[in-house]
Amino acid sequence: METITTHQHADLHRDDTAAKLGMWLFIFTEILLFGGLFIVYSVYRFKNPVAFELAHEELSITMGFINTIILLVSSATVAISITAMQKNDRKITLAMLGITLLLALVFLINKYFEWGGKFEHGMYPGSELMKNLSNGDMLFFSLYFFMTGLHGVHILIGMILLGITLVKVKTGAVNSGKYALLENSGLYWHLVDLIWIFLFPLFYLIH
Amino acid sequence: MSDEKIHISPYKSHIMVLLGLIVLTVITVLITSVEMGPYNTTAAMIIASIKGAIVLLYFMHLRFDQKIYGIMVAIVVAIFAAVIVVTFFDYLYR
Amino acid sequence: MEEQTEHKYLPNYLEYRGKYKGLAGWLTTTDHKRIGLLYFYSMMVFFLAGVVMGILMKLELISPGEQIMGAQVYNGLFTLHGLTMIFLFVIPGVAAVYGNFFLPILIGAKDVSFPRLNLMSWYLYIIGAIVVLTSQFMGDGPPDTGWTFYAPYSLKTQTNVVAAVTGAFILGFSSILTGLNFIVTMHRLRAPGMGWLRMPLFAWALYGTGWIQLLATPIVGITFLMVIAERLLGIGFFDPAIGGDPILYQHLFWIYSHPAVYIMILPAMGAITEIIPTFARKTIFGYTAIVISSMAIAFVGYFVWGHHMFTSGMSSTSRWVFSLLTFLVAIPSAIKVFNWTATLYKGSINIKTPFLWAICFIFVFMIGGFSGLVLGSLATDIHVHDTAFVVAHFHYIVFGGTGFAFFAALHYWYPKMFAKVYNPKIANLGLFIFFVGFNLLYFPMFYLGMIGMPRRYYDYLPMFHNANILSTIGSWIMATGLLIVIINLVRARRGTGKEVNDPWDGKTLEWTIASPPIVENFEEIPVVDHGPYEY
Ligand code: HEM
Ligand SMILES: [Cu+2]
Repeated sequence: METITTHQHADLHRDDTAAKLGMWLFIFTEILLFGGLFIVYSVYRFKNPVAFELAHEELSITMGFINTIILLVSSATVAISITAMQKNDRKITLAMLGITLLLALVFLINKYFEWGGKFEHGMYPGSELMKNLSNGDMLFFSLYFFMTGLHGVHILIGMILLGITLVKVKTGAVNSGKYALLENSGLYWHLVDLIWIFLFPLFYLIH
Repeated sequence: MSDEKIHISPYKSHIMVLLGLIVLTVITVLITSVEMGPYNTTAAMIIASIKGAIVLLYFMHLRFDQKIYGIMVAIVVAIFAAVIVVTFFDYLYR
Repeated sequence: MEEQTEHKYLPNYLEYRGKYKGLAGWLTTTDHKRIGLLYFYSMMVFFLAGVVMGILMKLELISPGEQIMGAQVYNGLFTLHGLTMIFLFVIPGVAAVYGNFFLPILIGAKDVSFPRLNLMSWYLYIIGAIVVLTSQFMGDGPPDTGWTFYAPYSLKTQTNVVAAVTGAFILGFSSILTGLNFIVTMHRLRAPGMGWLRMPLFAWALYGTGWIQLLATPIVGITFLMVIAERLLGIGFFDPAIGGDPILYQHLFWIYSHPAVYIMILPAMGAITEIIPTFARKTIFGYTAIVISSMAIAFVGYFVWGHHMFTSGMSSTSRWVFSLLTFLVAIPSAIKVFNWTATLYKGSINIKTPFLWAICFIFVFMIGGFSGLVLGSLATDIHVHDTAFVVAHFHYIVFGGTGFAFFAALHYWYPKMFAKVYNPKIANLGLFIFFVGFNLLYFPMFYLGMIGMPRRYYDYLPMFHNANILSTIGSWIMATGLLIVIINLVRARRGTGKEVNDPWDGKTLEWTIASPPIVENFEEIPVVDHGPYEY
């Protein structure tokens, strides 16, 4: 492990530590945004234990498992891209960012098919079928669509951030002396992964 | 302007962390397919928390960064946990 | 880095010409002082609109029966009044105006850490306000749920709840980003020598506030999203008819909205804490106690939300737990009052307008606080819940607290912000009338609540008539006082300036720089070698 101390005074207005702290604080906000949903989830699961357990069987563990692995790998690739940047290896950085974006896309495609399958069976927010479900089932699927949907939106935001970073690495605006953007997009991407780590057992693995 | 020490994690450590996370994921899936009553959920949540901690410590670099970030994360998690507990004073005893 | 060899003229923030001039210059500014004023002017507009609504409601309540409006209009009016006052005035309130203007100066910085984000917060504020206001004109009429949007009514009413809730969501983001910005600024930009325990207490208050904004606001944000989803997509979260739990809505709403009262009051307390030592000409009593109580309020304030729900049907265990915790949070608030009064003790008090506002603040804040204990204790709350008593209580705390502190701070920092002096006699007269009116307006409501007058009705039984007349007259007196105060300040703004850099002999950093401050506040970043209030 290498340890380097830097002291740059070239650009007075630039404060990478501030940017990073800002990103962390924003991540806290995001955690509590989902936190509200986790509260709702735990209350309703507590009140409808049987319905939740039965309803979850409609979800495919395989799908959820594959998506979990995809996100874990993409988190690792982002982490690697940062290491590569620190080692001033632009090629690997770019490759890893590209792979991350690709994996994110695959995640969304999977999600599309997963949701699509539900929609085909007439199971979507506001559908007749859903209105006629029993209370516990309805809550389960409402939460399922809402939470995975919001998570999907965060995947999109993360992709946009990583996409911008990728372009800036290409143009050299982000480089081994100035890569706060890469670090912070990376942090955000890990957050998206972190949330999924909890969503997966809560929706797919109820027993 | 940055007065932090830069710690570079080697590629290998990222790969190891990833493998660890995947193994834990497999374990959760296996564990939840065994009948353990209410402990299934407990086990799943404990493993998820371990995975989350690993992501925070290694991928998100808390282990190597200044302590302040770690402290903040701990406080945020503690507040959130306490909010859930206090909410359940209602639902547990209603 | 530039070297300051000879003294050159540095433009102040009001006259500075950036890329654009005039209005465009203001709308594209990233100067924290200008952004503070952008908030100030827009907030005053909303505040005055809210005051007009309040006065109209009081006019309706001057006698039993329909006077100037019927039930539906009244319901729409108290909803809009509450939304305006809460989300557009007191939540951004003191922090957005004086926090923006003075936080960087107080800690010896040139600006906040993220100036452009700061401007964006203001735009989000304006956009949110516009979206809230469109709820009045679009769809099927103004929302009539009250600012609390309680389920299931907010899911069932035909009125335009979605727009109002969307607006509130956007306003929440504005608030979050401001808090984030301030926290980072305090971590990163304190002047050399300004350790954490040398920060002025207003800055500390903003620090605590920032954390609440960051950690509480997203909870209500997601709750509002769920309400929107439920209304638009028909997925049930809170509708009991399809298995939802309306009490859970109340939990989520108050998990934010109780801490939100600390978003309103902490910066207000902070501003008062700046004013008291300056006019007592004495260092603040118990600096560390105030810091700790600020943070304790922020922290314990997280776990008392249930005191709004004693009658909602939640479990009796959580009722006494919340009642107990509520009494705990009263302690740090009381500590502050002791600190202020102890600071005054044996001080050589300089009685000036800001000081008088601060004293009035302490008075009404204490009445609000004591009535809060009545509401926080389980048995008595059952009796006065949802009566005029509650309306009196939160106006004493929120209006009496944040509103009074807002004007105290305005009179305190006015000479610094504009380099103008207002007429102190007229200012004091205005305050006097305002104060009398305020108490006449709200105090009778305590009585009305105790004898059982419910809130949120346009009509009432004849037995409540007398006290209501007093209250309505109070609203006119208060409005007169407010008008005098505002006209006095507007006239001063128009008047000729004076060279006043330190009119009150203050000791914090803002009094060491020019009035109005130059664009980047300091010609040279100061080096701090002592605490904030050394007399
Ligand atoms: C001239 C000043 C004001 C007057 C005359 C006034 C009067 C009133 C009246 C009559 C009500 C309705 C009571 C009811 O029927 O339930 C009300 C509600 C309310 N007011 Fe004010 N008020 C004033 C200023 C303020 C300020 C400065 C704030 C906040 C800082 C505020 C916050 C509220 C809130 C949150 C409600 C509750 C709305 C609801 O029930 O949803 N008011 N006010
Ligand atoms: Cu409260």
